[in-house]
Amino acid sequence: MLTDLLGFPPQVLFGQLLLGLINGAFYAVLSLGLAVIFGLLNIVNFAHGALYMLGAFATLGLTQYLGIGYWGALIFAPLIVGAIGVGLERVLLRRLSGIDHLYGLLLTFGLALVIEGTFVKLFGASGIPYPTPEALQGGVNLGFMFLPFYRGWVVVASLAVCVATWYLFERTKIGAYLRAGTENPRLLQAFGVNVPLLTTLAYGYGVALAAFAGVLAAPITQVNPLMGSNLIIVVFAVVVIGGMGSIMGAVVTGLSMGVIEGLTKVFWPEASSTVIFVVMAIVLVLRPAGLFGKPA
Amino acid sequence: MKLFKKLAASASVLAMLASGASAEISDGVVKIGLLTDMSGTYSDVAGPGTITAAEMAIEEFGGTVAGAPIELVSADHQNKADISANKARQWGDTEKVDAFAELVTTSVAMAVFEVAKQQNKIALVSGAASSPLTNDACIPTGLHWTYNTRALGVGTGSAVVAEGGDSWFFLTADYAFGEALQGDVSKVVEAAGGKVLGSVKHPFPASDFSSFMLQAQASGAKVIGLANAGGDTINAIKAAKEFGIVEAGQKIAGLLVFLSDVHALGLDTAQGLQMTVSFYWDMNDETREWSKRFFEKTGKMPTGIQAGTYSAVRHYLKAIEATGSDDTDTVLAKMREMPVEDMFANGGVLRTDGRMVHDMYLAEVKSPADSSGPWDYLKIVRTIPGEEAFGPLSESTCPTK
Repeated sequence: MLTDLLGFPPQVLFGQLLLGLINGAFYAVLSLGLAVIFGLLNIVNFAHGALYMLGAFATLGLTQYLGIGYWGALIFAPLIVGAIGVGLERVLLRRLSGIDHLYGLLLTFGLALVIEGTFVKLFGASGIPYPTPEALQGGVNLGFMFLPFYRGWVVVASLAVCVATWYLFERTKIGAYLRAGTENPRLLQAFGVNVPLLTTLAYGYGVALAAFAGVLAAPITQVNPLMGSNLIIVVFAVVVIGGMGSIMGAVVTGLSMGVIEGLTKVFWPEASSTVIFVVMAIVLVLRPAGLFGKPA
Repeated sequence: MKLFKKLAASASVLAMLASGASAEISDGVVKIGLLTDMSGTYSDVAGPGTITAAEMAIEEFGGTVAGAPIELVSADHQNKADISANKARQWGDTEKVDAFAELVTTSVAMAVFEVAKQQNKIALVSGAASSPLTNDACIPTGLHWTYNTRALGVGTGSAVVAEGGDSWFFLTADYAFGEALQGDVSKVVEAAGGKVLGSVKHPFPASDFSSFMLQAQASGAKVIGLANAGGDTINAIKAAKEFGIVEAGQKIAGLLVFLSDVHALGLDTAQGLQMTVSFYWDMNDETREWSKRFFEKTGKMPTGIQAGTYSAVRHYLKAIEATGSDDTDTVLAKMREMPVEDMFANGGVLRTDGRMVHDMYLAEVKSPADSSGPWDYLKIVRTIPGEEAFGPLSESTCPTK
């Protein structure tokens, strides 16, 4: 057996594959949001990690102050944070449309620093625990590993959202408008479609996806002001590997990078924070537009 | 220009005459530069709280010592060695800083040690934990105040082995501190007849520990030792609980756990955890009084690093007060001569290798039922005498001891 040759029992490998898939589900939802935003607004949204963190804090706030539990937060937190995103787009990002997207990158990066800094000041860096919802406590022994029910739920929920997003963009009329808006916004406007409204909504949707991932993460990690900054760079690498703006690419790459990272954690744990960037460098050399991107 | 120089010269002569003692204080001010992690992983265990603690020490002197004003400057080192070294060099070269304080994160402390050595300035290390700071990596002016990885090993390591935890697997933060902590604890475990089955080095900081936990589980070790700190420890303990590691019979040993970590985890998750601490607020009237004042300023009870920063700065200032000088060698000699007596240390001794030897404590996290409310988290199980915790001076490999 290959696994025996490498010195690891198969159950360890199966476990790591599954864990990689779980982490990959987070990467998928986050990079999906980034891909949607980049595709339609041409903005490299560096505030994505901070908005993901806001999703987790919104969950906490909804539970503590309004008595809305986890399941309610799954709906309301993305709506609230999505609305914040709509505000950001209207007030700030809109002004940058049409100029070099370096400016969008700088603005969103600055926003991320301000939001995270404020939350560290208010809540400290250790974070606040959020309990796993009662229905998903405990787990099941799969023979090769103990799978907490909650982690299983994360994969199911993430995949459902990814498929729904893909369907929305590729199979509905709104999706067709959105894609047309990316290709030629002027022509679309000439047909009487409100393109500015469309881009605002697209940004709001991308942000809501980040917040959704934040809700999913709340019971796993601490609800922590820095939870997004640890993740965002990896997620960007995932988007670059998949191809900027490619929805399918973001999902597939997110999952597969999770698995690659998971396996690295077994074979060479010290390199697990680097491996995705190595893959990114290789992909950029061989296919500059990314695995699923169309060459410009 | 000449006239200006003359004026300046006579003004400084006058200033010196005005307060006899401050003649020995360089630049007429005692300035302490505090470098800490203000917004990252270690900002709760050290961070802004250490600035408050240093200020409380300065307040005790009424803001002046030996006739000269005391000034505190601080900066966020972001846990980066290069940023720390640059800032320390700038402070020492151009901003009249006389001593560096706090310095959480081993890589930071080591980088500032280089600068302190070149500039012959005192470095009062509180937050960094690695024992090499007073062994191979020591400098004549580097003082290690609060704790070190050896003491953590002696405290938690021995206690866990004594309870039958004789086979270990380590999850180790992949930098100097993690390595030092794993090394020191391994020595204790092996000396007590235990075995180390393996370890996995995780990136610092890491957010997901599930993979590393499963590797630790597969090792079959009785004890999973967490050779990390702050957010990494919190996430590792959470992952252990989520994946049923403890229920399946393995024990988690947090080798460096702070009060703020227990607060963040909540007693439900943290209960029963053993930890070695240099300080706990609820030990005696003195610690309670000081901690209450700290709480009023920060809204949190102090960690050992924060209390240790207070103690180090206070002792430094006491030595200046006693000698009337801020000359490094004079102050250092006085600091060694005087025992460290305050709410943090009782009869602490500052050795020539830079180690401040004082009692440490083995504590256990209370169950929610035993706790009377927020911050009532620990019960002290054992006092570890300083010599036992830090070892004898003869054991130190510091070349300049």
